[in-house]
Amino acid sequence: MTALLQILFDALSLGSLYALAAIGIALIFGVMRLVNFAHGDYISFCVFALLWPSIEATAFVFAGQLPPYLLIPVILTVGACLSMLSEILVFRRFRNANPATMMIASFALGFVIKYTLLMLFSSRPKSIDLWPSLSLPVEIFDARIPLLQVITIVITIVILIALVAFLKRTRFGLEMRAAAENFTMARMLGVRANAVILLAFAISGMLAASIGLILVTQTGTVDIQMGSSVMLVAFIATVIGGLGSLPGAVVAGFLIGGVSVLMQVILPFDIRPFRDAFVYGAVIAVLIWRPNGLFMPRSAKQRV
Amino acid sequence: MTLLTIDAITVNYGRLIALRNASLTLSQGETLFITGPNGAGKSTLLKAIAGVVVPKAGTIRFAGLEIGGWAPEDIARRGFSMVPEGRHVFGSLTIEENLRLGVGMRVDKDAAERDLEHIYSVFPMLEERRHQAAGVLSGGQQQMLVIGRALMANPQLIAIDEPSLGLAPKVIDDVYAVLLKLRDTRGLTLLIVEQSSARATMTGGRMLLLRGGEIVLEGDARELTRSDALKAAYFGYGEQH
Repeated sequence: MTALLQILFDALSLGSLYALAAIGIALIFGVMRLVNFAHGDYISFCVFALLWPSIEATAFVFAGQLPPYLLIPVILTVGACLSMLSEILVFRRFRNANPATMMIASFALGFVIKYTLLMLFSSRPKSIDLWPSLSLPVEIFDARIPLLQVITIVITIVILIALVAFLKRTRFGLEMRAAAENFTMARMLGVRANAVILLAFAISGMLAASIGLILVTQTGTVDIQMGSSVMLVAFIATVIGGLGSLPGAVVAGFLIGGVSVLMQVILPFDIRPFRDAFVYGAVIAVLIWRPNGLFMPRSAKQRV
Repeated sequence: MTLLTIDAITVNYGRLIALRNASLTLSQGETLFITGPNGAGKSTLLKAIAGVVVPKAGTIRFAGLEIGGWAPEDIARRGFSMVPEGRHVFGSLTIEENLRLGVGMRVDKDAAERDLEHIYSVFPMLEERRHQAAGVLSGGQQQMLVIGRALMANPQLIAIDEPSLGLAPKVIDDVYAVLLKLRDTRGLTLLIVEQSSARATMTGGRMLLLRGGEIVLEGDARELTRSDALKAAYFGYGEQH
């Protein structure tokens, strides 16, 4: 029972990260058919924003020293600004380009961000102790669960509820859903394309920042690669969920997190290092079964 | 008062010329029917006004401003409402959300609420199903929804691409009754694409015939249909059919 509970929390907290990242990608894909591969580098950038630029091996903690009630808004703002800036400076120029061109542009932007960080901070991972008290375990039904896992899951649920409320209850949310389904028609009804897209980027950037904060608290390290691995899985999740479908992205994010943790447990010990081969094998199987993803968004169906 | 002036616009898709040197003017409160065979450039003309396609040459003035090169949302906000071909309802949004999308640019929220009630009174079916996803509606019901949605913006000019398509004759009558009433009470200007001239003859107004991307005939709808000029122009002068 306790082991089962531990597995459940492992799966949910890993799935939470993937789900948050997948929504960030799906939101942008929804409004402008862009698969933003720079998203993972937004995550890294937000994490490095905790530090003062230096190529020394030790970390000079900068924003990371702020109390949480200041630190969290600051890092969220960094994520939102970086994301909005990339729309204004880069993606806006490709608005009418074909999706492949936009995707390549996002790859390139990702590299620009990554190598800028490399220049400022060097490639060595640095350790940082952000909120160490969160690593302490709490007891839930005799199982010792790291507090951070509980917090990650709770935060993800709160973010999901807030996002649904925004999309369903506000004018901007309505416009964003309409724009995701049929952008041209939405514009003909007076929906301001630039505002909606910029807002989507802002939300996406804040999601990336939240992931960055969770990751750095979890691992205690700051590393240039830390965004990319999440991004890869999140991208797969958005495809499995049905590109552009937000519920699909969430479900698929949790699904991949769950399967990864489950494989870690049930695979024979000798095979465990090769777990990812089995996870991605399952991904291929799902895509053969449902090439358009588990939840195909209406926009993909209805295009005439 | 002149509301819309299109002066010698040319639109091409790649090497294909969809509209050549087309000019027209529309006064406020006027009704203009555009007719013509498939591929004549009717829809392209509407898209050019809406800002969805950008003319290669020529100018478009709407409500006193040169709108060539404007974004579709800015043209919509000046009071141009467009119902494009192919019923673009937002299928994942509810019927009421679809209708409310049209009012985003209005400041007169109370009047917008009254307009919503009015649309519901004309199309009671929409009110009955207001909280259902618009994607479940039949083709004809979707057509009612997009026309209602376009009217919710309280436009100065509404352009509708084939309003009769897929609607039962009784519903077509209702749609036209609403449009004509708004024309007479609010000075709404109507720009309507119809394949057939029957409705234009019934309603009256000006008519314009497009063929091969060019305006080949223009005049009073009833007079044009009474003479053989329309039929001749529709199929091409001097050709044998």
